[in-house]
Amino acid sequence: MNNLDHTMVKENYAGKTWKFILQEFKPKGKFLTPFNIISLPIMLLGLVLIVIRFWKGLGSITNLTQEVPWGLWIGFDVVTGVAFAGGAYVITFMVYILNIKKYQSIVRVTVLNGFLAYVFYAGALLLDLGRPWNVINPIIGNNFGTSSVLFLVAWHFLLYMIAQLIEFSPAIAEWLGKRRAHKILSGMTVAAVIFGITLSTLHQSGLGALYLMAKEKIHPLWYSEFIPVMFFVSSIFAGLSMVIFEGSISYKVFSDQISDKSHASHNSIIVGLTKICAVTMFAYFFLQVLVFVHAQNWHLLNTPMGYWYLVEIFGFIVLPMLLFILSYKNNSTFLAKTAAVLTMVGIIINRLNVTVIGFKWDAVSHYYPSWMEIAVTFAVIFTEIWVFRWIINRMPVLRDSPSWAKNHN
Amino acid sequence: MKMNRRNFFQTLGITSLTLAIGKSGKAITNKKTNVDFKGILIDATRCVGCQSCEIACAEVNNLPEPTDSPEVGITRNLTEFQRCVVNAYDTSKGEIYVKKQCMHCNQPACDAACLTQAMNKTVEGPVIWRGDKCMGCRYCMVSCPFDIPKFEYHSANPKIQKCDMCFSKIKEGGVPACVENCPAEAIIFGTRRELLNEARKRIVENPDTYYNHIYGESEAGGTCVLYLSPVPFEELGFKTNLQNSSYPELSKGFLYSVPTIFVLWPALLLGLREATKDEPVKTIENE
Ligand code: SF4
Ligand code: SF4
Repeated sequence: MNNLDHTMVKENYAGKTWKFILQEFKPKGKFLTPFNIISLPIMLLGLVLIVIRFWKGLGSITNLTQEVPWGLWIGFDVVTGVAFAGGAYVITFMVYILNIKKYQSIVRVTVLNGFLAYVFYAGALLLDLGRPWNVINPIIGNNFGTSSVLFLVAWHFLLYMIAQLIEFSPAIAEWLGKRRAHKILSGMTVAAVIFGITLSTLHQSGLGALYLMAKEKIHPLWYSEFIPVMFFVSSIFAGLSMVIFEGSISYKVFSDQISDKSHASHNSIIVGLTKICAVTMFAYFFLQVLVFVHAQNWHLLNTPMGYWYLVEIFGFIVLPMLLFILSYKNNSTFLAKTAAVLTMVGIIINRLNVTVIGFKWDAVSHYYPSWMEIAVTFAVIFTEIWVFRWIINRMPVLRDSPSWAKNHN
Repeated sequence: MKMNRRNFFQTLGITSLTLAIGKSGKAITNKKTNVDFKGILIDATRCVGCQSCEIACAEVNNLPEPTDSPEVGITRNLTEFQRCVVNAYDTSKGEIYVKKQCMHCNQPACDAACLTQAMNKTVEGPVIWRGDKCMGCRYCMVSCPFDIPKFEYHSANPKIQKCDMCFSKIKEGGVPACVENCPAEAIIFGTRRELLNEARKRIVENPDTYYNHIYGESEAGGTCVLYLSPVPFEELGFKTNLQNSSYPELSKGFLYSVPTIFVLWPALLLGLREATKDEPVKTIENE
């Protein structure tokens, strides 16, 4: 009898949770905002294009060729998107490993951002697969191509998503009011963080290692055996620039969510991050110079690709690095944001130079993404923002945790 | 994991060695290289450009018959409809024809790249593609130094098309369709060792006819398809800038460092965390 009661209570409880979740699916706030008006049609268009793509084949909407089999979706969505998601491992490293409490308030939003970036941008990898139904093979262990860098990267994506979900899960528990789950999940955070940082080190560099075998296909100014190291180091400031950039937007858009205390620390956080950006960018610049000198590429500088290379190095590494230093010296968030945007553009340029622009640069016909590839890319980004917004508006990400949850971590 | 314990420790050992010496483990050879692979020798001095091989290839692989023929000045490329093509080149020794298809590398980049083992170097020598495993990621195309695999971009069930040296025929003791149908005996089939000997013999016996190089003997770490030519190979549109070590070697260093990082990193991170902990005072301020 007692037992029966118990299950009934439980069922009731579970039912309540479901009702709550369903209710939360309803949109909150004004619907016809400028952002919605722009993003909705593009998302719908993207959906249509994706249907066409699976129905008629990749060639129906992409400009991919036999010479350039990886285009915008891999070069931008996956390779660049994941670099931008690097902020999550850097911030969790500082907060949980180095115990720098200052950045605690941005951990959740950064992890959420990273998680969604992986879900959507690494998920874009699925769109690019010609035979996606076989994706199960390397996952369930039918066929492990352990000598493949892509195998490593794909597995790391998967595991890292799980690690990030665990890192973020206390927020979900707080949203649903599950106290017991909250306690358990919070207890797993540190382990997930350590696992996550290890995975990130490996797959951020792994994304570069993907291109190691394409030795003669990538322009020598961008190919070296050190691509993995370069990709890893640049993912640090790429991720942090994204944190600065995204943070200042969220700060405005979701200002009602942010507690007074976080308001007060916002500037000091940004300025603190600029320092790390500047230092890692300097290291990166130094590495670039070393690699360049080592490869003896002087004669290549006086070519169109050489000028382009110089633009990337000086316009988008050295310049933002100086701006970061200035912003740190002058305590200026404006300079920091400018530098962050420049850095992000630089990262996009760099990743595209390796994966698309410098790839088969000497071929007769070049690859340019079709408008449809670009549209799908935007659709993916917008969908991510929608989900991000949905979560921010419901779960305690920017806003403070409920008081009962405060003592757990 | 396919990696068993022994393998794992081997890898670990190699990795620490690699770390210690600071060089990517070059000494490790693919076990498969020790087997005597089957291969093909293509002699460009004999090819008459009749396209018999192309037609036979299309037939056995259910592909459309070629509609164009080799012509000087036009490079015909491999496509998703053509696993081999014959091209004509205007060279210092007149018009020369030469056939192009997968090189069946001894240590293929495509095989190392493939995360599902769909691209597979068989012990017999041919590199084959297996549709039931392939997920169509096209990483093999990115990695192949010869740009061989082709992808069916206009299909909802796309395949990778590339020469498989008629693997099913070879397994039953036969020879590839192109070899069988070449009227000029420009293509011969045999073990790689036999073919290398034959190629050397031809060069030694007719030093004026042949350019003194066997393409494929060392290119990309050695390939099962070997070429003889009357002229330097760049005149026939061959890639002559390829490295002589195998392509999978290029990412081995990275792959070998993975287990080490997996062991070292967590320990390091935990240590750091403990070291930076400000124990008794609990900071709640920024939660
Ligand atoms: S030539 Fe290319 S496709 Fe053929 S075996 Fe070598 S790497 Fe693979
Ligand atoms: S396209 Fe297929 S065969 Fe090529 S690497 Fe990907 S899974 Fe392997």
